[in-house]
Amino acid sequence: MIAPASLFGIAVTFGWLSLFAVGGAAAAIPEIHRIAVELNHWMSDTQFADAYAISQLSPGPNVLIVSLVGYHVAGIAGALVATLAMCGPTAALAYAVSRLLHRAGNSPWPSLIQQALVPISIGLMAASGLVVAIAADGSMAAAALTLVAAVIAAVTRLNPVWLLLAGGLLGAAGLV
Amino acid sequence: MPPELPVTTSASPHIDKPALPGLLELFVAFAGMSLAGFGGVLVFARRAIVDKYRWMTADEFNETFALCHFLPGPNIVNLSVVFGARIRGVAGSIAAFTGLLGPPFLIVTALAMIYARYGDLPVLRRVLDGVSCAAVGLLLAVTWRMMLPLLKRRDPSAIGLLLAVFVTIGVLRWPLPQVLLVAVPASLGITFLVRRRAKS
Repeated sequence: MIAPASLFGIAVTFGWLSLFAVGGAAAAIPEIHRIAVELNHWMSDTQFADAYAISQLSPGPNVLIVSLVGYHVAGIAGALVATLAMCGPTAALAYAVSRLLHRAGNSPWPSLIQQALVPISIGLMAASGLVVAIAADGSMAAAALTLVAAVIAAVTRLNPVWLLLAGGLLGAAGLV
Repeated sequence: MPPELPVTTSASPHIDKPALPGLLELFVAFAGMSLAGFGGVLVFARRAIVDKYRWMTADEFNETFALCHFLPGPNIVNLSVVFGARIRGVAGSIAAFTGLLGPPFLIVTALAMIYARYGDLPVLRRVLDGVSCAAVGLLLAVTWRMMLPLLKRRDPSAIGLLLAVFVTIGVLRWPLPQVLLVAVPASLGITFLVRRRAKS
């Protein structure tokens, strides 16, 4: 099942994927990687890691990594189609469900579903971490920088952008 | 904790809240949250909607976010649509959606163009390698923070499910739909049974 690297293919791929994006964009990273790198060979592992880095370096929702994948495949139109396909269908679904629930009152289902999805979305996030770590950390120094950044981010409330910039500076200095 | 008052969700106007925003105001507010949000917009959305503009109480915000979190798709995008709809119907949804995604999309596309042109320059290559490492570290930290409550509760079924999803998706690289097709019903069943047992 190899989708052609066309706008239609991008739309179908990300539209379909978005319906399974449980736990948000960060949890969908492994599947985006599987589709873009392993299945369709749209980009290399390094290019995927770069796309992840750029999406984190720019402000806005994390889902914008699909804009970068889309741009890589089919330019500005590709970026636009990927973004709308990843956000549009689920946005419409959210709109419809919120209208329904507004009337349904206090159903126990939302809280049950939400609680059931917690371990799944954390498992997916952990898988995301592994996938991007394999793509990005090619050396011991790189892995060490990742670990240090993880510890700093876990124990402090530092704005993430400073860690990203520090990583960039260390990289520029040739330490990674 | 004091007993919580039932949240009124009727259409009656909230007296203690400022007037509800118009379409342009919605667009600008969501663009602002989005452009402030590095490494996730949720914190900034809560700050803006609850603290700054007082368009929702903290409880209303949590309730709305919970809904957006259990639906598939980017949570914050869902939140913008649901919030916009509550304020100004379909037009409000579109205003919030385009405000949230439009401006950062332009930035990220500009960065994509720069990357496509200069991505092979050695300096940029080294910078990106460094940023990637830090970005991975941030992701690991977020995952760790989310995992901590589960580990503290020593909830074996939840931890087992978490591990199963991690291994099938992260290590074995199975397709997401297949894994979810098994994991979601399994987790729903377990959660349901555990709750019923806790009640009886």
